[in-house]
Amino acid sequence: MANATGTMRLKLHIWRQKGPNQSGAIKTYDVTANEHMSFLEMLDVLNQELIGKGEEPVAFDHDCREGICGSCNLVINGVPHGPQRGTTACQLHMRTFKDGDEIWIEPWRAKAFPVIKDLVVDRGAFDRIIAAGGYVSVNTGSAPDANEILIGKADAEEAFGYAACIGCGACVAACKNASAMLFTAAKFAHLQKLPQGRVEADRRAVRMVQQHDAEGFGSCTNQYECEAVCPKEISVTSIARLNAAYRRASLRSVEV
Amino acid sequence: MSRLTKFLGSTVGAKFVVAVTGTLLSLFVVGHLAGNLLLFRGRDAMNTYAESLQHLGAALWLIRGGLLAVFATHIVLAIRLKLRNQSARPAGYAHEATVQASWASRSMVLTGLVVLAFVLMHLAHFTLGWLEPTKYAVHETVGSGDLLRERHDVYAMVVLGFRSDLFVALYVVAMVVLGLHLSHALQSLFQSFGFRSPSFTPVIERVCGTVAWVLAAGFLLIPLAVRLDLVGTEVTP
Amino acid sequence: MHLDAKIPSGPIEKKWDTRRFELKLVNPANKRKYRVIVVGTGLAGGSAAATLAELGYHVDAFCFQDSPRRAHSIAAQGGINAAKNYQGDGDSIYRLFYDTVKGGDFRSREANVYRLAQVSVEIIDQCVAQGVPFAREYGGTLDNRSFGGAQVSRTFYARGQTGQQLLIGCYQALERQVDAGRVRMYPRTEMLDVVVIDGHAKGIVTRDLVTGKLQRHYADAVVLATGGYGNVFYLSTNAKNCNVTAAFRAYRRGALFANPCFTQIHPTCIPVSGDYQSKLTLMSESLRNDGRIWVPAKKGDQRAPGQIPEPERDYYLERKYPSFGNLAPRDIASRAAKEACDDGRGIGPGGLGVYLDFADAIQRLGEDEVRSRYGNLFHMYEKITGENPYKVPMRIYPAVHYTMGGLWVDYHLQSTIPGLFVLGEANFSDHGANRLGASALMQGLADGYFVIPYTLGDYLAGQKAGKADTTHAAFAEVENEVRARLQRLLDVNGSRSVDSFHRELGKLMWEECGMARDAAGLQRALDRIPALREEFWGDVRVPGDSADFNQELEKAGRVADFMEFAELMCLDALTRDESCGGHFRTEHQTDDGEAVRDDANFTHVSAWEYKGYGERPVEQREPLVFENVKLAVRSYK
Repeated sequence: MANATGTMRLKLHIWRQKGPNQSGAIKTYDVTANEHMSFLEMLDVLNQELIGKGEEPVAFDHDCREGICGSCNLVINGVPHGPQRGTTACQLHMRTFKDGDEIWIEPWRAKAFPVIKDLVVDRGAFDRIIAAGGYVSVNTGSAPDANEILIGKADAEEAFGYAACIGCGACVAACKNASAMLFTAAKFAHLQKLPQGRVEADRRAVRMVQQHDAEGFGSCTNQYECEAVCPKEISVTSIARLNAAYRRASLRSVEV
Repeated sequence: MSRLTKFLGSTVGAKFVVAVTGTLLSLFVVGHLAGNLLLFRGRDAMNTYAESLQHLGAALWLIRGGLLAVFATHIVLAIRLKLRNQSARPAGYAHEATVQASWASRSMVLTGLVVLAFVLMHLAHFTLGWLEPTKYAVHETVGSGDLLRERHDVYAMVVLGFRSDLFVALYVVAMVVLGLHLSHALQSLFQSFGFRSPSFTPVIERVCGTVAWVLAAGFLLIPLAVRLDLVGTEVTP
Repeated sequence: MHLDAKIPSGPIEKKWDTRRFELKLVNPANKRKYRVIVVGTGLAGGSAAATLAELGYHVDAFCFQDSPRRAHSIAAQGGINAAKNYQGDGDSIYRLFYDTVKGGDFRSREANVYRLAQVSVEIIDQCVAQGVPFAREYGGTLDNRSFGGAQVSRTFYARGQTGQQLLIGCYQALERQVDAGRVRMYPRTEMLDVVVIDGHAKGIVTRDLVTGKLQRHYADAVVLATGGYGNVFYLSTNAKNCNVTAAFRAYRRGALFANPCFTQIHPTCIPVSGDYQSKLTLMSESLRNDGRIWVPAKKGDQRAPGQIPEPERDYYLERKYPSFGNLAPRDIASRAAKEACDDGRGIGPGGLGVYLDFADAIQRLGEDEVRSRYGNLFHMYEKITGENPYKVPMRIYPAVHYTMGGLWVDYHLQSTIPGLFVLGEANFSDHGANRLGASALMQGLADGYFVIPYTLGDYLAGQKAGKADTTHAAFAEVENEVRARLQRLLDVNGSRSVDSFHRELGKLMWEECGMARDAAGLQRALDRIPALREEFWGDVRVPGDSADFNQELEKAGRVADFMEFAELMCLDALTRDESCGGHFRTEHQTDDGEAVRDDANFTHVSAWEYKGYGERPVEQREPLVFENVKLAVRSYK
């Protein structure tokens, strides 16, 4: 709720850090926003003011601003992407807040996601987890006709549910253990639900988990904070699937 | 690296083993409770049960050794994961928030360590008799004629032990903590083993929560019943 | 300059086969000696990089995003066309070809479009094999939906996130090659110029966006797949960081820029809500399958939509185009919306909106079915507007969405700089003056998976691998220019932010070179842009420095290029004195507002040659020859 004109005065506590090797601190800013703005547009307003004052604007990752590219990554009042379920920060609108609110804005926090500047972190670890096995090994041109692989509607839907992951990293940011299990498992489960992905599932499970661990993410302890903050509401059923598959794959003789 | 060390070294593998050992420990808890509840069937039932355990001889030591190994594995792996998890987030949030994770789920190592401390105390109390040697060293005579013999009066030991407010309080606290630990642990087992589905997971969660607190309450019945003089009034110091 | 499109001879259905046989091959053992740079990792760049690496080339891939998975292809919602005819409703390669040429208002190259329709079939096979979770029927076969400009159901989709799923498929293929060591990936790295040695593109200069370091990269060929330039309008459905820089830098180095005025205004976007707005959000065209578009029949009708009875509503698309109805092509649907609003019958704030109403669909199919088809789009709409589209009709308005123009390429997708290939939205080749829905994904993947792997080999076969390296004087020269330009941006230290200039440029372009254009307005823009550009270079303020992560500096470089590029767009729009597709010159329309082409004088591609800063570029023409499709007045009535 804002006041009658839709304007709202906010106090922002934002993590500022000049570079990867410098120390940072929370700085406080006052900003006047409008309830129809998106959260990022509110930050745009702040940044324009900072530029006007000759200060450096707050660095934050963003791109599509329609909730699909997975770039934006703000921890808002302790919750990745803020208070609205199933919503990325760029799709969060200021009408969710009240006039006079104080808002804490911090970067994703994890050893595997080092801060680059202010609210920007390096999520390269996710790419490396995918590179370790999050694909189907099929070269271009070697595919059979698309309708030769029949997939039941329910299986296709479930696979889609996992495949909807946008790789934003909110799961890691929310997890008390900074585990990337939901990200890793979502890709695993997506491909495991489909016949074309099942062929190399053992290798995929083992290699993706190994890479996940090598990146320095924590372990999953079944608290499900990840599921609660995931902007695509990906189910932790994916993690159960990976748990079982990893066990089977490890105990079977797979050379990876 | 052998396959096993690789498996144990991974987050998912270690978690699986924590779940397996946790399952065994839970089964032990169930068995232990069943045995303890014999107290309500009287001195003879209780002491006969205790005696039959003693008569297992080598097998008893085997079971004890196994239990110790399971316990140790559970603790070592859980703590190792905890340390790993802490190092996975060297800098925390200035403004912390939790959306849905229960306190129990976030405090498993803490509750686990409290349970461990309790187990050590419990062993010193009733198994080794170090805490209250006189109350521990009670015996009864059973049998008839030539077969008269002495045996450890476990029934009396327990009753005497729980007439102390201090111990009752300690056991109450410990069992609440055990309940918390189990309330997350039991449902968590299914996830770690890979059983999860939209239809049966909510049921599992409810059943596991109930079972955890029924177990804790079952254990609590004994000290409370003794302290409230509902059982064991026939035992004299 | 003579523009040789290298179109193969022979009947259209044989052209690609003929050419594939004629193309020279690189011996498998030699492929690894060649290094190829791919800039951009969307559908076109990602698929090209993955496929070239699979073939054995060494690939260096670049993207300015923090991960190749975030390229803007990811935001495509509705679907991808393919002439599979799985529905048995009369589709064929020829029909997809025909629909695309007609949809493009006869301003595209027949041979390219036919090839696109041919390989569309293989794209679906490839994507399914990768694990893309397309929508399925209960029997397990693939489902299709209809899209604008077609009367068959040939669009494959994955809910409203088709672009995402296709891109993730291709990103995974790319990461597989990264793991195999055949692709070296450079994320957060922006290409700032191309290096031409002895007339051939042999490398690029990039800026590491984290450290600010300039880097030189040598390759035997350079592939640009850097997307479109819709952000010249500031407000568009493009991602915030989409830009024209890579393509524009190539243009300045000698690549011709074709048809820059061909921009697509998408009819179904969420209307602008205020002047703080940073971007526009598309509502997928697929919504027009079941949604009905209308405005009040009476001017200035302020009643709530529910209060307006059926007879007082104007379902203008159904009225004007009875056979295609709400599925009229994008340019036509957009213009019709503008007409209704110009007529004073627009709805919502400022009267800039029309209704997209699902009441009938909900009554016919039930709310659950509508939810299963469009749930995520409805959800997104509600998040942005705070209105529930199950209860009140959506408000929509056209917005800049896609750019058909781009760097000129021949049939091999090679630009006028030998060794510089251009794929996807960044080239001009397949969509003419208007792109049909669900064809962008098709083109990106066709170029990357199925065209470039053949045509690039032909070029490389004639090149000695590793002819030069980054110590060549040309690299030093380009790097110095890039460095000087960055420094110049920082040195201005004026009073206005980059965004304020970008907004001003965008507003000007929307007003004078947007949905409707005329000579006077374009001339006004051509007068204003150079002045605005001077103001920019005299008064912009870019905080921070260049040896750092500096988002303002990134933006400044991109906006500086838009400032030059905008002028080229307006010049092209002024020169093309006809209406066609998305290019609507108000001087050329029928009495009922339909576009009037001038085939006698404009059946050609306008490709512009750079002549220096502030100099008037020179227009080269590639005549378009239609051997198969008869030029006709495009009718969707």
